[in-house]
Amino acid sequence: MADPARVPADLLYSDHHDWARVEGEEATFGITWYAQDQLGEIVFWDGAKVGDEVTAGDSYTELESVKAVSEVVAPLSGRIVAVNEEAERSPETINEHPYEQGWLVRVALSAPAEADRLLPPAAYEELIG
Amino acid sequence: MSARTIFEQGRKGRRAFVCPELDVPDRPREELLPSKLRRREPAVLPEVSEPEIVRHYVRLSKKNFDLDSGFYPLGSCTMKHNPRLHERVAGLPGYARLHPLQRPAAAQGALELMWRLEGALGEIAGLPYVSLQPSAGSHGELAGVLLTRAYHEANGQRGTKVLTPDTAHGTNPATVTMAGYEVVKIATDEAGGVDIDDLRAKADEDVACLMLTNPNTLGLFDRNIEEIAAIVHGIGAILYYDGANLNAVMGRTRPGDMGFDIVHFNLHKTFTQPHGGGGPGAGPIAVSERIEPFLMTPRVRRGEDGEFDLDYDKPASIGRLRGFQGNFGTFVRTYAYICSLGAEGLREASEVAVLNANYLLARLGEMGLLERLPLAYGELCGHEFVLSGAPMKRDLGIRTLDLAKRLLDFGIHPPTVYFPLLVDEALLIEPTETETKETLDEFVEAIAAILAEAEEDPEIARTAPHTTPVRRLDEAGAARNPIIRQEVTR
Repeated sequence: MADPARVPADLLYSDHHDWARVEGEEATFGITWYAQDQLGEIVFWDGAKVGDEVTAGDSYTELESVKAVSEVVAPLSGRIVAVNEEAERSPETINEHPYEQGWLVRVALSAPAEADRLLPPAAYEELIG
Repeated sequence: MSARTIFEQGRKGRRAFVCPELDVPDRPREELLPSKLRRREPAVLPEVSEPEIVRHYVRLSKKNFDLDSGFYPLGSCTMKHNPRLHERVAGLPGYARLHPLQRPAAAQGALELMWRLEGALGEIAGLPYVSLQPSAGSHGELAGVLLTRAYHEANGQRGTKVLTPDTAHGTNPATVTMAGYEVVKIATDEAGGVDIDDLRAKADEDVACLMLTNPNTLGLFDRNIEEIAAIVHGIGAILYYDGANLNAVMGRTRPGDMGFDIVHFNLHKTFTQPHGGGGPGAGPIAVSERIEPFLMTPRVRRGEDGEFDLDYDKPASIGRLRGFQGNFGTFVRTYAYICSLGAEGLREASEVAVLNANYLLARLGEMGLLERLPLAYGELCGHEFVLSGAPMKRDLGIRTLDLAKRLLDFGIHPPTVYFPLLVDEALLIEPTETETKETLDEFVEAIAAILAEAEEDPEIARTAPHTTPVRRLDEAGAARNPIIRQEVTR
């Protein structure tokens, strides 16, 4: 049984531990509870730029934690239409609320059908054991 | 304990010295240095007495954990004992008081030491041409990648990518990026070595170089090295050896014999150094004949008359990578180490380093501790090994970081933690050859004690250290809100 705090039921997931909340032609991206737990305390996010194109499977930004700098991989392709400036200023938000206030970017999708390739909650739950 | 900086101590006008009488004719400052080069305000310097200076730095040194205080098994850093003989030799006035701009004719002994050291390092690497110039391993890597570029350009090739394994030291990708290449990561296979299929798939004509550490950061010697070398040379690329782990194989095998074209040494690791304060380091490189024309200048040259000189006349050279000749004191210590041990001794040092690591691993196994801290790859190791703290975190609720911090209460410096990145909750342990069996046993007992107490009360480890001058640091807070300057007013 999926723990809704760790793997919310209304999201799609990638095997890079990113999530996407798809709403019509747009989607919000972030990193999963598991990803932030593995990274440890996040100390810096250099953000992203509105208007930049992202490609599913490719890195679009980096997060720095006390352990390491990690690339964040886009679960879907499109163009960034909003960046979470609050999370940029206070990166601990990404640790504390990875699915709510800690979202990273909002993207206008160029290929919404790519969502079919993402993992539903149950499959992601299985992936992280 | 006082945490005041040196600037917050003392009194205006206080001095710890008296200038001697001027024994040369007094000349106006304007004559000695043009006014545009002189500062407008005097520098703000500490104004303290000698006892205040001494006490300040002794106080700081007591807060520090160093190799002279206790066991320091920091993986991939080779924290071996620095023999005191080396300090005596490096302190000889002919070395210690040498001016960096001394004329070669007046520095023959120093140049001869460099020339002999180059010869010894060339022999250890199995690659005859050496430059001592780079200041650290990372600097040696940069030299190696710049030489790679110069070599390819001279041969009319370009190449835009450099391959590194996903176990590589972080300096490898950083070097590649700084030298203007693109990093392409190679996967690790189940045995912990380079995934040959992945390498084949990524080895194309755009690849300029493969950077490899062997044994790698998992402490494992890659048995496929000859096949790897054949693949890399087959596409016309350069094979670069990261010498960070040379302490495992010195005198046993040579990177040049394995097929490497360029090697860097970390003199401060493999050949001893009072190290741990971030330097001084030295990262000499040894290269094969085809790379030699591009090596940095000046080169130390021995003339037919036996005189030593600095040779700048190398038209294809990439030039200088630093001022002067490198961290010279490090060369003296390294040369002393090589002469003290000799060829057989260097080989034995590596053998004992590997033996100590395998003994430590076997003792951890005998004590049943590998159930909570399993070996990440393989069964035996080189001079270091990687454990995963994932079962410990799951079963006892303490993380690798907590175990590391708790070790400080036992008078032991933690191993390298959370590296390599591909191992969950990693602990990278390198005991080195200079530790006794008793010290290794104490380390195992400390790990056993920490795991046993965590069964009862995980809070002890979670809040550790409890006995050090500074307790658990807020690392995230320090990184998020770093205070890196202090305003000093006169």
